[in-house]
Amino acid sequence: MVFEGECEMGASVAPWSEERVERILARLLRIGVSTAAAIVLAGGVLYLVRHGGEQPRVEVFRGEPRALRNVAGILSAAASLQAQGIIQLGVLVLVCTPIARVIFTVFAFARARDYTYVVVALVVLGILLFSLLQGR
Amino acid sequence: MNVLELSILLVLVSLLAGFLGALTGLGGGAVIVPVLTLAFHVDMRYAIGASLVSVIATSSGAAAAFVREGFTNLRIGMLLEIGTTLGALGGAALAAVAPTQALAIVFGLALLHSAYLNTRPQQDRTDFGGSPDRLATKLRLDGTYPAADGSIRPYHVRRVPLGFLVMGLAGVLSGLLGIGSGAIKVLAMDRAMRLPFKVSTTTSNFMIGVTAAASAGVYLRRGYVDPGLAMPIVLGVLAGSMFGARILRATQSRVLRQIFAVVLALLGLQMLVNGLRGGM
Repeated sequence: MVFEGECEMGASVAPWSEERVERILARLLRIGVSTAAAIVLAGGVLYLVRHGGEQPRVEVFRGEPRALRNVAGILSAAASLQAQGIIQLGVLVLVCTPIARVIFTVFAFARARDYTYVVVALVVLGILLFSLLQGR
Repeated sequence: MNVLELSILLVLVSLLAGFLGALTGLGGGAVIVPVLTLAFHVDMRYAIGASLVSVIATSSGAAAAFVREGFTNLRIGMLLEIGTTLGALGGAALAAVAPTQALAIVFGLALLHSAYLNTRPQQDRTDFGGSPDRLATKLRLDGTYPAADGSIRPYHVRRVPLGFLVMGLAGVLSGLLGIGSGAIKVLAMDRAMRLPFKVSTTTSNFMIGVTAAASAGVYLRRGYVDPGLAMPIVLGVLAGSMFGARILRATQSRVLRQIFAVVLALLGLQMLVNGLRGGM
């Protein structure tokens, strides 16, 4: 019912069936989570090999270094194979998974010509992107 | 204790938390923060950051399974996500200025509330008919769900503004405490908007990831997400919850739910006491 909205005869783009939307959505989420987990695991192994013998310092809050706080910094730290940077890249992929889901929903609503919900989904997307990218 | 030993311990704890969280439907995030702060003396802000990231992982993993069952109402989910994401941004901003003792007190109260909700019996109403709500009709929120007898039944959605408001509160708590706050999301849909219980729980699960992603951006930029801490917790909780979801269908988890509720209540009390004593 949800995505089988009114669609004029002869329209060039047919709306996806609800079942199809849900199948794609499920696959998208699964791919995102497994990719993120694989990256975190790879970074984690590297981290433990290099830093496993050190003393953990998480009892007092100091905040992460600048390079591990924003998208550009994380990408360059991961590119230079820094263990913490790779883990943080996995975290970033994880954060992007729900965002990708919302982007996909925008398209699904658009194909169903459900423009009210295209706007609703775009508002959610805007809030998410604002959160991730503001004050870089 | 060095980094390697701590990581192994944290993976084991997170495995158990994710496993029990999935099995009882209460989520693993609620346990991670108190265990990290009380048992491992991790700073509250690092604990919240690691927990929040694990919440995104489990909810996305679980939503992938639930969305195919046909209970999730994607329109309601998307509409209410405006409320939860705005709330989450506010909550994350609040977490940055609030003293950790205050966070501990709010966390303790949230845990106690969650445990209390869990002791109440869930009865699935069957009266979803009646006259449609005007706003819900305008937004085309009404849907259908597969009833217990296999038939497809329609339901009407009610009190959309109230549901939206409660969702905003759920978002604030999620952003403030690094939890999924699924219990309050279900409350908003089940009690306020009168959705069928199964639709409420699956739509809630669907929304948790997006809500958490909104505050995760803020946490990441403020340096709350420590990779060395997030790594064992994300992997442990994810593996535990996948295992828990797999055997969920085979077990009758009523007793387990009650045990877990007691654990939540005890952790909540301990957080509350520590917060009031200023020992966080």
